[in-house]
Amino acid sequence: MKAVGIILAGGGSALMKGLVDIRAVAAMPVAGAYRAVDFALSNMANSKINTVAVLTQYSSRSLNEHLSAPSWWGFGRKQGGLFLLNPTITPESTNWFRGTADALVQNLDFIKERHEPYVVIASGDGVYKLDFDDVMAKHIESGAQITVVCKERGDADSSRFGVVETDAEGRITAWHEKEEGAEGKYINCGIYLIRRLRLIRLLEECKRLDETDFVRGVLQKNLESERINAYVMDGYWKNIASAQSYFECNMDMLSPELRKKFFYEYPSISTKVDDFPPAKFNDNAQVRNSLAAGGTIVNGTVENSVLFKKVYIGDGSVVRNCVLLNDVYVGNGVTLENCIVEKKVKIEDGTTVIGDPNDVTVLP
Amino acid sequence: MVKKEMIAMLLAGGQGSRLGVLTQGMAKPAVAFGGKYCIIDFPLSNCVNSDVDTVGVLTQYQPLQLNTHIGIGIPWDLDKQVGGVTILPPYEKSGDSEWYTGTANAIFQNLTFMDSYNPEYVLILSGDHIYKMDYGEMLARHIKAGAEATIAVMPVDWEEAHRYGILVTDGAGKVTEFEEKPANPKSNLASMGIYIFNYKTLRAALTELKSVPGCDFGMHVIPYLFRETNNVWTYEFNGYWKDVGTLTTYWETNMELCDLVPEFNLYEEFWQIYTSAESHAPAYMGTGAEVSHAIVGDGSEICGKVKRSVLGSNVTVAAGAKVIDSILMNGVTVEEGAVVRKAIVAENSVIGKNARLGEGSFETSRLDPKVYNSDLVVVGASSVIPEGVSIGKNTAVSGVTTAEDYPNGALVSGGYILKKEGKR
Repeated sequence: MKAVGIILAGGGSALMKGLVDIRAVAAMPVAGAYRAVDFALSNMANSKINTVAVLTQYSSRSLNEHLSAPSWWGFGRKQGGLFLLNPTITPESTNWFRGTADALVQNLDFIKERHEPYVVIASGDGVYKLDFDDVMAKHIESGAQITVVCKERGDADSSRFGVVETDAEGRITAWHEKEEGAEGKYINCGIYLIRRLRLIRLLEECKRLDETDFVRGVLQKNLESERINAYVMDGYWKNIASAQSYFECNMDMLSPELRKKFFYEYPSISTKVDDFPPAKFNDNAQVRNSLAAGGTIVNGTVENSVLFKKVYIGDGSVVRNCVLLNDVYVGNGVTLENCIVEKKVKIEDGTTVIGDPNDVTVLP
Repeated sequence: MVKKEMIAMLLAGGQGSRLGVLTQGMAKPAVAFGGKYCIIDFPLSNCVNSDVDTVGVLTQYQPLQLNTHIGIGIPWDLDKQVGGVTILPPYEKSGDSEWYTGTANAIFQNLTFMDSYNPEYVLILSGDHIYKMDYGEMLARHIKAGAEATIAVMPVDWEEAHRYGILVTDGAGKVTEFEEKPANPKSNLASMGIYIFNYKTLRAALTELKSVPGCDFGMHVIPYLFRETNNVWTYEFNGYWKDVGTLTTYWETNMELCDLVPEFNLYEEFWQIYTSAESHAPAYMGTGAEVSHAIVGDGSEICGKVKRSVLGSNVTVAAGAKVIDSILMNGVTVEEGAVVRKAIVAENSVIGKNARLGEGSFETSRLDPKVYNSDLVVVGASSVIPEGVSIGKNTAVSGVTTAEDYPNGALVSGGYILKKEGKR
């Protein structure tokens, strides 16, 4: 595909209840064996986008490590590649990335040096499957100058998302960015397609006006001067940047249809591969409606839960409606319900924690 | 000029005929093991973990699976600018073209490959054992002894010693006598088929012995070097090492992995085994699943009962189905209500609804009692077992079978059905 990809993966989130203390939202583990960024990255790779830049800033070590061997997504070749762009000090600027537009402005050189006619910009915290070729086809067919990938609003909280209204042709006519009680049929998924030269021009405008936010500085401001269209995505899409939506997203993966869509139907979502042995279930293990990733060992009872890699569940322990991240050790006689347990946490023998399914508990 | 201290040559061309229908369409080193791996992953990972970064893999019998599995070596980090993994099939030459006729003959036919790395030492491995071993330690020992050749040996039960190539040594580990399958062994140190040679010495020996028909390391090269140099040493290995060359040992070795603390522990961080995984998604256990004393590979979807079994990647066990004491390789589907007992089911096979495997009692095999001599039901890759049939013990099935192949709906114990066409 004749586009360069840019993934915005620099953010933390105050709604994550401490889960982003040690990693960016885009590095959050999802579905037992993946990370959030795998979805945007695989979608790009599967759409034959050969050059992808990942913009990182907040707590980027874990993300850098995950992306260190780009061959798992088909990068690391002579043509194109996967580029990690961190904030740097230049003679011009000593700023951190002060916002999404500023992050792009600070990397204008990268964007200018490409030769692809289009740019796909996507946030790194969405869980979805999307064929960018189809977005491109609709973009060209509709004569749009910028295409914004949207989703039917449903019951999404307008204070967390951009809510947009469109005319009959799909052109965005109004944009309410994270406003309480905003009206509109669609929400913005944070995925944009735009001609590279137009993006450069709009970003230079942002730079001149010191506008740091992409939605405000490039989209909202230009609703009249640019033809900005909505592309309405079908199927599953979830932003995981709050502890509750992160929890729900993992629970959603207990659905066979979703797993089929993401992990078995070609082209599927790719991730960095670990060499852990298969999950092991000892004599008294009882595991129902749950996912168990490689290296996991279960002795107790697990229901409606997602066990990431190398989790250990001790004898007589009961784990229900929980998400246990990598290397969690659950001792004997433990009861956990409605919890997310941070990686490498050890739950001592006999501990009981019952969380609220509508306001999940994050341990520790 | 390129210079590698030690390169490895991995012999992976053998059929492994004692694994019956399991090796009908693939070489033994490509046979699945432990719910995730292929047998060849063990020597390959040992090479990488021992810092041996140049490996020639000699293939001959049914190489497609092996080629696909190894590819350019990415999962082992053996995709390298200089070195890495190279697949070495037999090739046509101007005059004197031949297949690989023996282990040493195969290596002889690849002198040019080895020359190109200008190695000091060559490590010869076979692709059919399960073990973790540091070849670097063995090399250190080889160098320290000033040996021309070093053979890895392990102590075996004295009663079993007559089945092996046995080495008698002096106190220091130098070989004083060499006995191939002796009736009255003088030692219980058995050769593991792992050798380190000084490359110059090996090159000269292979050239000298080039016209020996079926030239073999154990039968020809080692005795020759022992005679000529009297400087052959042993390296004693006392870790876990299993030959999975028969259906029974293959089944038992897999089953041991389900033990609470298996003797061969794949869960420890040290000395990882790498493989080209078919799936990265976690395994899913459904609402009605009962899984215990079992290991289940990535991407598998289990809705039935699984007990004392090893399941590979992307295996489906439907609701109401039972899998007990069995090995299901990657991509196997067990449909509703089927019962699979003491079976080995190879890749991508389908066990039809309500079919019952492992019924009745043992009968001598009518196919090949040397290969089939246990209670096991063995189903080859891409086979189909139709709905509702019953299959007895010590049986073999391969290919797409239909109800007509089962008189009275049954394949009795000791029987077999071998169809040419597999499932596509």
